[in-house]
Amino acid sequence: MEIDSTNERMSAYLRDNHDKVVGRWTDLVVVSARGRITRDEARRELEDLFALVVRALSGTDEHAAGELRAALGELSRARARDGFTPSETALGVFSLKEAVYELVADSAELVPEFLAFSRLIDDLGLRTFEEYSEAREQIISDQAATMLELSTPVVRLWEDIIAVPLVGTLDSARTQLVMEKLLETLVATGADHAVIDITGVPTVDTEVAQHLLKTVAAARLLGAECTISGIRPQVAQTIVSLGIEFGDIATKANLADALALALRQAGLKVVQA
Amino acid sequence: MEQLPILKIGQTLFVSIQIDLQDETVLQLQEDLANELAATGAHGVIIDITAVEIVDSFIGRMLSTIGSISRLFDAETVIVGMRPAVAITLTELGLSLSGVRTALNAEKGLAILNGKT
Repeated sequence: MEIDSTNERMSAYLRDNHDKVVGRWTDLVVVSARGRITRDEARRELEDLFALVVRALSGTDEHAAGELRAALGELSRARARDGFTPSETALGVFSLKEAVYELVADSAELVPEFLAFSRLIDDLGLRTFEEYSEAREQIISDQAATMLELSTPVVRLWEDIIAVPLVGTLDSARTQLVMEKLLETLVATGADHAVIDITGVPTVDTEVAQHLLKTVAAARLLGAECTISGIRPQVAQTIVSLGIEFGDIATKANLADALALALRQAGLKVVQA
Repeated sequence: MEQLPILKIGQTLFVSIQIDLQDETVLQLQEDLANELAATGAHGVIIDITAVEIVDSFIGRMLSTIGSISRLFDAETVIVGMRPAVAITLTELGLSLSGVRTALNAEKGLAILNGKT
């Protein structure tokens, strides 16, 4: 009961000093943000947050705590997107304590109230940290998914000839995706030649080579022939020194040569117009 | 046990597999094909596996064996219509179906046989 009444008194005190506290809080936040948010913007956000803090403290409104957490989560995520560090976001919340402390510093009778209030703000500060890292993880996993989508286009070069230009480092997950997409496209288009261009692949190790060989073997099972093109000088040296054998799989220096080979195998001839 | 029908079209025997393959079914097919090849003197075999979703190492090996048997009758075997998932499975199992040829669809399979004969 003691705690509740101190919280209520603090809530009433904050309500009475609303303008002073929010004004000072906004000042502190704007200074620490170093021009990344405008004063009006900060004021609006903090005004909402402050109202929720007051409601949560008063203890009369059981939804206030949940709403406060949600609003704080929203704020942390917005800050994370705008490139604030988690410390900056948390410090922004903690500076409410500072703003209030400056007011109550002279009145010794408010110490227990301030301590209770301080505990609440500490919780909220930690909460922003959690929200921040959650938001960051979300961003990272979204980007990883986007990269995976971007990285595996299958293009049609000619009637019955398709190509997969690979860019970036190949790992098991990606090569698996490339393999599936290539095979599906072969079946869907009825193409019987595929060129795998690895110009954009910086390194080829035994694992990647293994995946490439598997892809070619699977394409052969479907009845399509694969050519690997765009092997860079360094990559060629690595492949040879690792002792990787491409066997009877055709390899070409560049995509043009691979296309020429595929056209020849398809019985087509390119002539000067 | 189910028996797979073998259709003779010109000089080619055509088998379309529409069911999930059991070991006995494939063994039966191998026997039937050998008999049919001996009886008709066909020069090509097309096995359509468009509808087959699951293969295991035994069936993969039997397809190779069928190819080798046909070769003894001077007939070439073409497996057509393999699904990507099936191809990936066979590759992971380390099977490359030596002794048979593959084509994306029945039309291309026929073209391979006709181009040869």
